[in-house]
Amino acid sequence: MLKASKISGGYGEKNVVKNVSFELQKQEILGILGPNGSGKTTLMKMISGLLPCRSGDVSFKDQPLKSYSAKQLAREIAVLPQLHSHAFDYTVRETVSMGRYPHQKGMFAPWTAQDEKAVKEAMKQTGVLEFEGKSIQDLSGGERQRVFLAQALAQEPKLLLLDEPTNHLDLSYQKQLLDLLKEWTETHELTVISIFHDLNIASLYCDRLLLLHNGETVQLAEPGHVMNKETVERVYQARVHTQSHPELPKPQVTLLPNHGQGMPSEITKDHFTITADHIHVTAPQSLKTLSSAVIGAGLGWYHHFVNRHVPMDYECDDSYEDMKMYASKNGWNAADTVGMMTAVLVEDVVIREYEENGLSVVIAVTAGVGNSVDVSLSHERDREATIGTINSWIFINGKLSDEAFIQAMMTATEAKVKALQNADVKDPLTGTLATGTSTDSAMVAATQHGPFVQYAGSITPLGKLIGKGIVECTTEAIKIYRKRKGIS
Amino acid sequence: MQKRSILMFSLNKVWAGYAVSILLLLTAFTLGVTVGSVRVPVMEMLSIFAGAFSNREALDPMFSSIVLDIRFPRVILAALVGASLAIAGASFQGLLKNPLADPYTLGVSSGASVGAVATIFLGLTIPGLGSFTLPVISILAALLTLIIVLGFARMVEKSMKMETIILTGIIFSSFLGSILSLMIALTGDELRQIINWLLGSVSMRGWEYIRLIAPFFVIGALLLIWNARELNAMAFGEERAQHLGVNVQRRKFVVLASGSLLTGAAVAVSGTIGFVGLVVPHMVRMLTGSDHRHVLPLSILNGASLLILCDLVARTIVAPTELPIGVITALIGAPVFGLILIQKRKERRG
Repeated sequence: MLKASKISGGYGEKNVVKNVSFELQKQEILGILGPNGSGKTTLMKMISGLLPCRSGDVSFKDQPLKSYSAKQLAREIAVLPQLHSHAFDYTVRETVSMGRYPHQKGMFAPWTAQDEKAVKEAMKQTGVLEFEGKSIQDLSGGERQRVFLAQALAQEPKLLLLDEPTNHLDLSYQKQLLDLLKEWTETHELTVISIFHDLNIASLYCDRLLLLHNGETVQLAEPGHVMNKETVERVYQARVHTQSHPELPKPQVTLLPNHGQGMPSEITKDHFTITADHIHVTAPQSLKTLSSAVIGAGLGWYHHFVNRHVPMDYECDDSYEDMKMYASKNGWNAADTVGMMTAVLVEDVVIREYEENGLSVVIAVTAGVGNSVDVSLSHERDREATIGTINSWIFINGKLSDEAFIQAMMTATEAKVKALQNADVKDPLTGTLATGTSTDSAMVAATQHGPFVQYAGSITPLGKLIGKGIVECTTEAIKIYRKRKGIS
Repeated sequence: MQKRSILMFSLNKVWAGYAVSILLLLTAFTLGVTVGSVRVPVMEMLSIFAGAFSNREALDPMFSSIVLDIRFPRVILAALVGASLAIAGASFQGLLKNPLADPYTLGVSSGASVGAVATIFLGLTIPGLGSFTLPVISILAALLTLIIVLGFARMVEKSMKMETIILTGIIFSSFLGSILSLMIALTGDELRQIINWLLGSVSMRGWEYIRLIAPFFVIGALLLIWNARELNAMAFGEERAQHLGVNVQRRKFVVLASGSLLTGAAVAVSGTIGFVGLVVPHMVRMLTGSDHRHVLPLSILNGASLLILCDLVARTIVAPTELPIGVITALIGAPVFGLILIQKRKERRG
């Protein structure tokens, strides 16, 4: 619909926008990004017809923009500007009603049912209907922003141009506004061009992004292509990290600040406290953790680590809530805690330190093999198992890549299986060698300081420490378990 | 239900505004015609108007002469001048987003004065225009002044802040005032008369002057009311108006030209009468809101009433001496100007 071909322009003698081209697809949302002074607003003024192009041209629906009268253009394109002050007081309804100006013909144009409907719908959609009688000067910045959005929507445009629409809006209204726009692209065949300051919001809502730098196009593509670490770091001159969004295939950017977590401190055996009903570590700083625990599972940063003893007949409908309460009761912030459960007596835990070439790990294992399973034959089982668990903790004093975390898990699992084989643990049902128990849990936690570890496969330095440590600790823990049960 | 009532209330407010304004105008008109050195009974006034078009001979000759030849034209002239200045002020304010703008504070009245004084004392006549030379030159001088003032203000500061425009207006007012003084000094004798004229007066002008201002008033007022919706849009800034579909360049010129038309014609018949264009729209906005579709007509009505009443006060308060009407409007207008300034300052800070 809108097409800009090699447009350049600006205010003074210098061109602020240089040689920018793009063609809008119908019903898409195009985000314009760029650092301050990169020409975003100037470009917007050029495509809204406010500022003439020095070279190149803009066309709308295959007609040059210049061939439209102001009124014709306002029926097709609406603009939501950045907020500014007003000399006079208008009510919300009066303000929104001005959006109907381009549709009204003649001097004393009657207020038609269509006008009324468009204004009502715009006010309803933006949530300003409830204060339609209020003066806009009595509104907060966010409310006023919504009133002007309503005014733009009342124009019933085909194309909406927005300059940082989420300014002045709190998180919930940002989401509401952008969800609304997204919806209108489908229900009202609206096409949107919007300037964004926030890369992550732009990535979430835009179909394509136009990244500007010094007035020139750096990239025009889907968010996945534009939002890569190298490009963003180069254009914005800031250290960033990109990661995936939890629900959508849209990249998100995080700033990497210059300050760290403070003085790094290594995890040793001394950090462990063992009481009657739990083993507990409070780390000197938050640790990056990957685990399958009851609370604090998945990948995240956690401060407290607890392996809680529960009786054999422990039955709780909601072990998650129960575990959180347990953490709180002990004075640990539940949101900051990785918590596991075991029926094994916690005093039987095996904790050992391993070190090689400046890389050190601490491994802690509690093992109960009363409910061992041969995973290769587990499909033959039909009943829910009783409790019996091997919980393995691996603390690493090093800086791990994401892949190292996963490989550390794999290595630890392989080592556990081997330890069970060595101890000749059998699946009581099938009589074959067991590979684990039905409710095993594992955790890898790293300080993210010290030596960088890219990989943690079985023959890497870290993999070797984990392999050795898990086999030894698990074997020892099984031995202790059997002794306590009176099995030899 | 409550929403409905707010809407109804604001609509009612507008209609109440019209009702009150018309009532006020009728009262002002009646007072203007009946009160003075010779008090004319209201009934007498009505019968004079009723009889004026049929048989003038049957009426009391003294009363009918006072009413029809002196007071009636004077009141009508005051009404037309007041209405012209008020609607011009309201439109300048809307266009410039500046509640302090009016023909007087923008220096447009001074420009028109220079034009008028030059015409009168140089005895200029544009062929074919006859007595209309005076208002036409005043209007052209007004428009020229307005364009120069706004151009200068834009040069000083691109965003054209409220104070910058007014300051520029004051600079040009004093400059044009000096030119007037110079002309007066050069002409010598008729000093007192010219100063009186400069301070503004609607006395002893007669029907001739009404004929001079009326066509310009009708054209100017219609042009402005025709642009009321555009003024609403432009009150949010020219960019916003452009995006809403207003042909800003053309409409801006029409509004500025109409405002100058009204100011120039008013100054040509009555001299410089300040602050009417400031006080009236301000009051109207306070009562009924900022919608120019109502602000402009209501400014016409109330501008007329205000000037009729000010003229009444001017000619009765120290009778038999008549004060220049500009003295009265300035006595009311200057404090209002100060109040608006303080109010706007506070808003900006808050």
